[in-house]
Amino acid sequence: MDTLLEMRSITKRFDSVLALDNVSITVKKGEIHAIVGENGAGKSTLMKILSGVYPYGDYEGEIIYKGETCRFKDIRESEKQGIVIIHQELALIPYLSISENIFIGNEQAKRGLIDWNVTHQKTKALLKQVGLDENPNTLVSNIGVGKQQLVEIAKALSKRVDVLVLDEPTAALNDIESENLLNLLLELKKEGITCILISHKLQELLKVSDQITIIRDGKTVETFPNENVDENRIIRGMVGRDILDRFPARDVVPGEVLFEVKDWTVYHPDIADKKVIDHINLYARKGEVVGIAGLMGAGRTEFAMSLFGGAYGAKISGQILKDGKPLVLKSISQAIDNGIAYVTEDRKQFGLLLDETICRNTSLANLKAVTQGLAVDEIKEKRVAEDYRGKMDLRARDVMQHAKNLSGGNQQKVVLSKWLFADPDVLILDEPTRGVDVGAKYEIYQIINELARQGKCVIVISSELPEVIGLSDRIYIMNEGRIVGELPQAEATQEAIMERIMEH
Amino acid sequence: MSTIRGNIKQLGMIIALVAMTILFQITTNGTMLLPGNITNLILQNSHILILAIGMMLVIITGRVDLSVGSLAGFSSALSGIFIISWGLPLWVAMPVVLLIGALAGAWNGYWIAYRNIPFFVVTLAGMLAFQGLTMAVLGGGTIATFPRAFTQIASGFLPNLAGGGFNVTAIALCGLGALVFVVFELRKRKTIQKFEGEVASMPFFLAKLILIAGAIMLFGYWFAEARGMPIIMILLAFLVILYSFIASKTVMGRHIYATGGNPKAAELNGIKTKKVVFWVYVNMGMLAALAGMVVAARFDAASPRADAGFELQAIAASFIGGASPLGGVGKIVGAVIGAMVMGVLNNGLRLLGHGADIQLAITGFVLLAAVAFDVYVKTKSKSA
Repeated sequence: MDTLLEMRSITKRFDSVLALDNVSITVKKGEIHAIVGENGAGKSTLMKILSGVYPYGDYEGEIIYKGETCRFKDIRESEKQGIVIIHQELALIPYLSISENIFIGNEQAKRGLIDWNVTHQKTKALLKQVGLDENPNTLVSNIGVGKQQLVEIAKALSKRVDVLVLDEPTAALNDIESENLLNLLLELKKEGITCILISHKLQELLKVSDQITIIRDGKTVETFPNENVDENRIIRGMVGRDILDRFPARDVVPGEVLFEVKDWTVYHPDIADKKVIDHINLYARKGEVVGIAGLMGAGRTEFAMSLFGGAYGAKISGQILKDGKPLVLKSISQAIDNGIAYVTEDRKQFGLLLDETICRNTSLANLKAVTQGLAVDEIKEKRVAEDYRGKMDLRARDVMQHAKNLSGGNQQKVVLSKWLFADPDVLILDEPTRGVDVGAKYEIYQIINELARQGKCVIVISSELPEVIGLSDRIYIMNEGRIVGELPQAEATQEAIMERIMEH
Repeated sequence: MSTIRGNIKQLGMIIALVAMTILFQITTNGTMLLPGNITNLILQNSHILILAIGMMLVIITGRVDLSVGSLAGFSSALSGIFIISWGLPLWVAMPVVLLIGALAGAWNGYWIAYRNIPFFVVTLAGMLAFQGLTMAVLGGGTIATFPRAFTQIASGFLPNLAGGGFNVTAIALCGLGALVFVVFELRKRKTIQKFEGEVASMPFFLAKLILIAGAIMLFGYWFAEARGMPIIMILLAFLVILYSFIASKTVMGRHIYATGGNPKAAELNGIKTKKVVFWVYVNMGMLAALAGMVVAARFDAASPRADAGFELQAIAASFIGGASPLGGVGKIVGAVIGAMVMGVLNNGLRLLGHGADIQLAITGFVLLAAVAFDVYVKTKSKSA
């Protein structure tokens, strides 16, 4: 196969920080080329250079595409050449329809008037191509993330696309949706479209890619064909060392039951008679890590948030018991006061004050503990934050650094610090390692083990089955708002869990 | 480094303020910095400063209050009715007006926080309603004149301890203020050092101390040369210190910043964001009532159209002083600087013989420039 695209010795600095150091990558025509690396390794930066988000002159090195040197000034120019990038955060407009979104900026118009017939016909053809069975007039806000991702791809295909760059396309998708998306990529490959795929999900990469390039600390480490490669091989390249055990061992024998939920039923906050959570019973022992597995949309987050002082839902009924005593939690602050903590799945939107410092984020849920009289004791607060920075091995210059400047894994460590400082007895962790790279994942697992060792109950919600299985003593399986199975770790396999989901 | 970047706009505004003052000092042939003019400047802008303090907190929560000008007008009308028409003693009338202001703020806050009505609509409605109520209460006329004790609040001066001539009270009070400031800063530096915190380098720290203490003393000198220590200045200093303390040191203050910075995250951290928003509006209402009384006291009359555009000036002062329209960012000191920038601008232009037309136009440009600068700095630091 011929070389389609070559990025040669790309170097990019942000002020004095070297983000990319002499990175080179060669992509052949018609292949699926995976780029992997830890968070902050520079993958997205490289793609932003390719697509002209960082214009020519902003970086050193050269881009050779179809045999010519390219100097893109903006995205428009790279798109004209057939390089289309789909970003991690979808760029769809929620209150416009699918067809309007697909042709936004590229309206099918004559003399300024949009030709809706042409728009619809083309949309239908594109939706068929990506395998999305939806009416073109449906509003994007009314379809799920998985389908939105397909709309993004349809949008890319509506332009002349030779190279499709996907940045973490399956991060927010469940297993089935991911599967569909990956199959679509294989279809597109048959049609001759070259793909650059950035992903943290190694299994996916191994499944679809032809070549794999590993980037570490802003440098290209290696590129190799996807032959006889396994996950450990990639992980070794990404972190620069072997991770023998992906889940650290824990030697805690769970004690008596600490936390119990009985007959928990929750209704949708807006749709009056829609039952979201249906008579859930669940318990957790001291020092136990309990997993909740399920597909996206199974109601796991809704369940956890409804427990957390009614942060979600309406007409909540049922009982929460702690140490055998019933708790009535009318507000989130009451839940926190009663030793319950919920660590959100979406740390950027719901977990952190991005414009604030690490220090202020750490103390946020337990300001009382650093307050003397009327005033917050800022020195004590800083010492607490420094203390957690050490414990968590938080990679930051100091605790006065702003949360938005941290990588995903380090942001998650700040969120965890905050809740550890609040010193809860029951911790509900919702997707604690989403968007976190392999090395930091391991550290987060260690923190979870340490919490169990301290006799706390840890409830982990995760869409990654290997993670739930590797981490939990016991696993509840949830589907459509109900618990459809319970497995001890010894019996838990991916097949056993999927079976229970599918049965219901 | 991060703190320097964080303060860059405020520092920029201070430099702009000083540069502007020097420019006017030259173009007005020295009238700008005459002690009498400085005193006037303070007296004429005191109500905007009071409103800007409350507005800063509202803006930090990511909202705005358009009703404060009308509410201030309504409060000044009420003070006229209570004090002049009904002859109530000041110690009854003034707390009652403050209470009514707080209730009006609670009315706004209730609809915004608990009923989810957009703040723009609620406070616009308030703006119209309070304007109407003012006219209704005053019946279209003007009520004058207030007892001397009341007008003293806005235009009175502390008696001179030394009798006539140079005003010893003013210089002594400012000296005391400067001393307290220096002692506090030194103590703060010591405690930070004790716990191995990072502090600014000694020369930098000293320069800051001398500049600020010097500025306080300079004001003391101006006041002493003119009519003495304005009573309103004491009130303003008290408010600035009190609200700075609340905003930067208390749990309530943290909750206000968190509510504005990321309401959903704040909520999930157990912060009762609705309650925070409600009380910030209650506070704004109370400060609006205070500002209204200060205006009434200065004009020695309660009149229907005394409140023109106060709310917009307070909002502008907050933005010029570093607040972010998106919420979560801003300092009380910023509101003070913003109000001073606008005060100096208006005063300087007036001294040069320009009318309200030019003053408004230029204020508009300064507001836009200040926010544009802020956005520019932010986008630069984001890409870095």
